[in-house]
Amino acid sequence: MTMFSKLLTAFGLVLALSFSAPMASAQINPTERSVTEDSLFEALGTAPVAGRTTIPDAQAGTLINDANKGWAALQGQTLHTLSIVAVVGMVAILALFYLMRGKIRIDSGFAGRTIQRFNSIERFAHWTLASTFIILALTGLNLIIGKSVILPLFGEAAFGTLSTWGKIAHNYLAWPFMVSLVLIVLLWIIHNVPNKVDLEWIKQGGGLLKKGVHPPARKFNAGQKLIFWSVVLGGAALSYTGIMLLFPGEAGTAADWQFYQTIHALVAAALSAIVIAHIYIGSVGMEGAFDAMGSGEVDENWAKEHHSLWVEEVKSTQERNTKQVATPAE
Amino acid sequence: MARMKFLCDADRCIECQACVTACKNEHEVPWGINRRRVVTINDGLPGERSVSMACMHCDDAPCAAVCPVKCFYTTDDGVVLHNKDTCIGCGYCSYACPFGAPQYPQTANFGTRGKMDKCTYCSGGPEPDMSHAEYVKYGANRLAEGKLPLCAEMCSTKALLAGDGDIIADIYRERVVTRGYGSGAWGWRTAYGDTVTV
Repeated sequence: MTMFSKLLTAFGLVLALSFSAPMASAQINPTERSVTEDSLFEALGTAPVAGRTTIPDAQAGTLINDANKGWAALQGQTLHTLSIVAVVGMVAILALFYLMRGKIRIDSGFAGRTIQRFNSIERFAHWTLASTFIILALTGLNLIIGKSVILPLFGEAAFGTLSTWGKIAHNYLAWPFMVSLVLIVLLWIIHNVPNKVDLEWIKQGGGLLKKGVHPPARKFNAGQKLIFWSVVLGGAALSYTGIMLLFPGEAGTAADWQFYQTIHALVAAALSAIVIAHIYIGSVGMEGAFDAMGSGEVDENWAKEHHSLWVEEVKSTQERNTKQVATPAE
Repeated sequence: MARMKFLCDADRCIECQACVTACKNEHEVPWGINRRRVVTINDGLPGERSVSMACMHCDDAPCAAVCPVKCFYTTDDGVVLHNKDTCIGCGYCSYACPFGAPQYPQTANFGTRGKMDKCTYCSGGPEPDMSHAEYVKYGANRLAEGKLPLCAEMCSTKALLAGDGDIIADIYRERVVTRGYGSGAWGWRTAYGDTVTV
């Protein structure tokens, strides 16, 4: 083949290509075959539509996250209703209980002699936990139901200021709450291990429903153990989820944060209801009960009725101690 | 009454980021806050598309549903605005928003969130229109001046449309019919329950 014919063939090839190329592009438009929103939604399901963005914040790459609307409905409606039901429901139950049973009196009256039930360290731990819990519960509840309960009373500006301080209080008082929770566990876990005495107590309904019924109990009865474990386990759950809410970076994705928030709100509503019952029975609900956490000294007859086994333990210990003092070592 | 909406025609968006820059400049948005951003889907692959996204001013806005202090309100134009004086910076709206619109300045230690900031559809806040107080908190109020949002107004390819929802849907529908394809009215189904059908 000559040089000329080689060139001619090459030229012909280029010519043929230049004619065929525009024809091919007329048939398939590459810009037409793009990603569409509908097909992405179909392929991804509930997963968010995400891409790349030039903003340093990687989360900004999420374009549409439809699932967030699910949490919005849960937080805005379901948790709002549940929280109201839990708190108002418990208050209603207690009011009904008070009307039927009245204040639980000391059947044998005050003895006039007292016996130490909680020392100063125990009372300090209890009241630190109690005061922080009450503020945390009120400020937390305010975030959920304040908009429909307090906002109409105070107006938007005052409610906004109140909620700002409430948020700050909630964020910072969480720490002393957690510290006193640990202290409570260390002080009382030994007295709160469930045992056979509790079964009998539960069988007799704790003597709550009938006058004159007093099942035996040691330092803590089954009802008090229930409060203890609710506060300890509930408090631990609230602490863990709360830390995740305080440090969203540690929580993970938006869905993880939403999960922690839901658990936090549910446990808080349940624990608030339980603590309302605890406050009732420790104050207006039972004669002589407040002294246990007030002065730490309870009336002997109250102690004998509600914690018979514990009174015996204390007395025998005292007796033993006195004997030891009376008979010095030789 | 017009119901204002945004529509980003992703088949026209060239990812120039001018809308992002214009927004930041018009409202003097602080560092670290982007009321509008451009997200590129399938970046570097055939058929990639870029979408400019800000607050979509949803019907039945999820941010308003979760706000503990009810600081959100919807204007007669269908624009979702909020009151920064009431906002407590709890961050709930950012977890409720499907579009990542709410932004927060860091105001104190430990990354504490300040008051939420987001796209106002260039229509300010609850303060008197075009007042200094309004400008400082929310930026310019172009709607009160009879102008549309700047991001859409200066879009070089007219990819980002702003205006009455029915009118911009018609414009988009006409484009799709004329050119024969369209990747969809991004976010409309999520924000308004219905997308633009052609």
